[in-house]
Amino acid sequence: MSDSTHTGPMLAADGTPLKRSLRRALRAQKMRALALIAPLLIFVLLTFIAPIVDMLFRSVENQIVGNTLPMTVEELRDWDATEVPDEQVFRALFFDLFLAAEAKEHTKLGSRLNYEKSGISSLFRTSGRDMNDIGEVFQDALEEIDPAFEEASTWVEMMSGGARAEPNARLMSNQIARLEALEATTFSGDAEFLPGAAISDILPNTARAYAAFAAFTQFVDGKSVTKEEPWEAVYAALALDLEDPATKTAIASYAGPGADNLRQAAAATLPPIAMRDAFFESNKDWANVTFWETIKTYSPPYTTGYFLNAVDMEKTPQGIALRSEDERIYGILFQRTMFMSLMITFSCVALGYPVAWILANLPTRTANLLMILVLLPFWTSLLVRTSAWKVMLQQQGVINDVLVWLGLVADESRLVMINNQFGTIVAMTHILLPFMILPMYSVMQTIPPSYLRAAKSLGANNWTAFWRVYFPQSVPGIGAGSILVFILAIGYYITPEIVGGTTGTFISNRIAYHISSSLNWGLAAALGTILLAVVLILYWAYDKIVGIDNVKLG
Amino acid sequence: MKLTKTLLATTALTVAAGTAVTAQDMANSMTIVSWGGAYQASQDKAYVQPYLAANPGVTATWDESSAEAVAKLRAMNEAGNITWDLVDVVASDSMRLCDEGLAMEIDHDEMLAAAPDGTSASDDFGDLIVSDCFIPQIVYSTTFGYRTDMVPAGTEPPSSVCDVFDLAKYPGKRSLQKRPIDNMEWALYCDGVAKDEIYDVLGTDEGVERALAKLGTIKDQVVWWSAGAETPQLLADGEVFIGSTFNGRLFSAIAEQGQPIAMLWDMQSFDLDGWIVPAGLPADRLARVMDFLKFGTDTQRLADQAAYISYGPARASSAPLVGKHAELGIDMAPHMPTDPANASNVHIYDYEWWADNRDDLDAKFQSWLAQ
Repeated sequence: MSDSTHTGPMLAADGTPLKRSLRRALRAQKMRALALIAPLLIFVLLTFIAPIVDMLFRSVENQIVGNTLPMTVEELRDWDATEVPDEQVFRALFFDLFLAAEAKEHTKLGSRLNYEKSGISSLFRTSGRDMNDIGEVFQDALEEIDPAFEEASTWVEMMSGGARAEPNARLMSNQIARLEALEATTFSGDAEFLPGAAISDILPNTARAYAAFAAFTQFVDGKSVTKEEPWEAVYAALALDLEDPATKTAIASYAGPGADNLRQAAAATLPPIAMRDAFFESNKDWANVTFWETIKTYSPPYTTGYFLNAVDMEKTPQGIALRSEDERIYGILFQRTMFMSLMITFSCVALGYPVAWILANLPTRTANLLMILVLLPFWTSLLVRTSAWKVMLQQQGVINDVLVWLGLVADESRLVMINNQFGTIVAMTHILLPFMILPMYSVMQTIPPSYLRAAKSLGANNWTAFWRVYFPQSVPGIGAGSILVFILAIGYYITPEIVGGTTGTFISNRIAYHISSSLNWGLAAALGTILLAVVLILYWAYDKIVGIDNVKLG
Repeated sequence: MKLTKTLLATTALTVAAGTAVTAQDMANSMTIVSWGGAYQASQDKAYVQPYLAANPGVTATWDESSAEAVAKLRAMNEAGNITWDLVDVVASDSMRLCDEGLAMEIDHDEMLAAAPDGTSASDDFGDLIVSDCFIPQIVYSTTFGYRTDMVPAGTEPPSSVCDVFDLAKYPGKRSLQKRPIDNMEWALYCDGVAKDEIYDVLGTDEGVERALAKLGTIKDQVVWWSAGAETPQLLADGEVFIGSTFNGRLFSAIAEQGQPIAMLWDMQSFDLDGWIVPAGLPADRLARVMDFLKFGTDTQRLADQAAYISYGPARASSAPLVGKHAELGIDMAPHMPTDPANASNVHIYDYEWWADNRDDLDAKFQSWLAQ
């Protein structure tokens, strides 16, 4: 029985089991620690991690095609990509493009697809303008048959099916959701208009087009659907519905509001619906099958297209292929970025090591003075230092002038030292040198000078003492400096832009171009993702070879 | 959100259009985006400072972001927070912003001042209103300047854009902008393509190859620039013999700094610069901007700007009012790209064509540069 006190849990002073009480105390401590770092953590998450993740996501995101042309994409699913699509596809395209043009989203899609195929941009821009004209034919015809079709109230009553009609709420919420996707926002509040269930069975296209119009009028324009005449697309949709003999029969026995107007329209002859021809007339490029291939290829919501582009490849109907020789650029730039960053890192080690060694071995007073010389350029603007190198290195620059004056170089054959790789390497080595010297210096400071003396007293000559005793201890400083310099160098773009010419530019210059000029953010994101992956792989390799534990900043 | 914004914008429009706007309805500060440098200074002196003097209590802040205006406006729009009130952009950017709904459509006659003789604003600006959102300010051109002291002895100074491609006659380095626009056209023109066929030829793969081959003949001798200030600097240092840049930059190197540089106006490439108002501004800020625009784009103000920089005013009615340089006292008219003597052979660059082909040609051009 006395054993039970031993086998039972150990108790704290207040009688709770010790384990639990300990855990509680620890948890409180952990929470306190977490609360202390929380501001930083939240700050980093919100301002650093989240934007990066968002940007990286853009490298595969391609929802714009499906959001702008949902019905066309649906119709194209079974298209075999051999000849220009049929009338059915063009009808879907008309309604999609009409709404997109009203929302001013069609040119964004045009620009997006133009990255893949030149000419699509103007195809969407010019045809977007013509959508009203295509629909107007039907509007005029219907209003001619029955002037009541000009009235906003006729339409609201007819499409809602009267005050007590059963509404088709699903159709309306679908159209609102579609508009939200198109405009990339969310709308709040209830729909003012709901289409009637009966009328949307009889006139499916009209009900859909009118619901889209009503959603746009209420949520985007902020107007009341009861006061606005419908879009031309709604009239076209009605003409489309009336094309079907079954609709005419259904209308004959329909008794809801507007039934008389509909019967009148059904009895009359409407202009033929030939959307395919209308589009060809708007822009002959719609008859070009390669444009349709591009639309189909890029219709899924996610794409590998940007990544393929970033490695000089492209999607073709025959599959993935290398781009033609005259369009390959990113492979060269990635290689060049790696090569030059390595060159810059080595130059920094070669130049920085002796400086750090001197700094570490001088009396503190002198070392501090020299340290200021290292730090002074560090505090000078990057642009100033880069431009200064221009003055130094250009053909009419200081160095060439001195060489000519000394007679080392003839006046006609001044050296080309800028606007090429050499200029970039020189300028960047200078700019990044402090990042190499500082970690080396702080590591070297911790190496006791007595080790070298001990090595010498044991018979080593100067070189052996340095190489076998001093150097291995300074390696962690070289490692830290190299990682810093290399990773900074790989992402530089201002200096290469100014002094790099054509052969000294980096991949980051293209990323900057795609972010700010061509606005191809997807491609910029893909290039950035690849660059990030390369850096992580190199870091991993570095860890395997040198070991990250061997890196010291001091 | 969007609904309220639109509602506010529409009310603001009616308010701004009417005459009953009181100063209380307007915001007291504006953020104006421009290019920095001498051009921004000319805008500041010609219309922003006079406006601020006439409206005490109002402040204007400059943001020198016009080069990335489209990218930044798109990002602001995605974030739902527009911090700019008025943005200075080139014509092609204004078309892109207008197409995407990022810039507000302008009713030029309703919102802007008429010419002194009563000509409506839209007639006064004429063809220069290249998009519904665009309020033109100036006509500028990309053209060449050369060092007068580096012209080989016994040779005529260059008089044609094709002299840029003639290394035998005019040896020495050239500077060209690091982009295909203008350079490809000049190359084809000098390769014997008729001016009105340039874009047809450039639209084919062979045409692109032909243009690049022509540029290839001088590739070794070209310094490629990306900022407008580079060519004047390179010319001043004697680094290059001839180089392209914006004509106002060359004017300032020649007239204000007295460098031994002369202009080559042949086949200068015309372009426009003007204001756009970001879409979705709150009512009070919009009212202030429209009030400023009515003043800042009138005939006299645009003519005043020409006293500080050699860019042609966009209003036809401003041309006769162009006077002398504010500090140097020289006549400005002969330095305008639009002056008949300078505009005898100009290149009109096709915005629509480049909007379609820019991505493709830029890839080819950059790939050609990197090889």
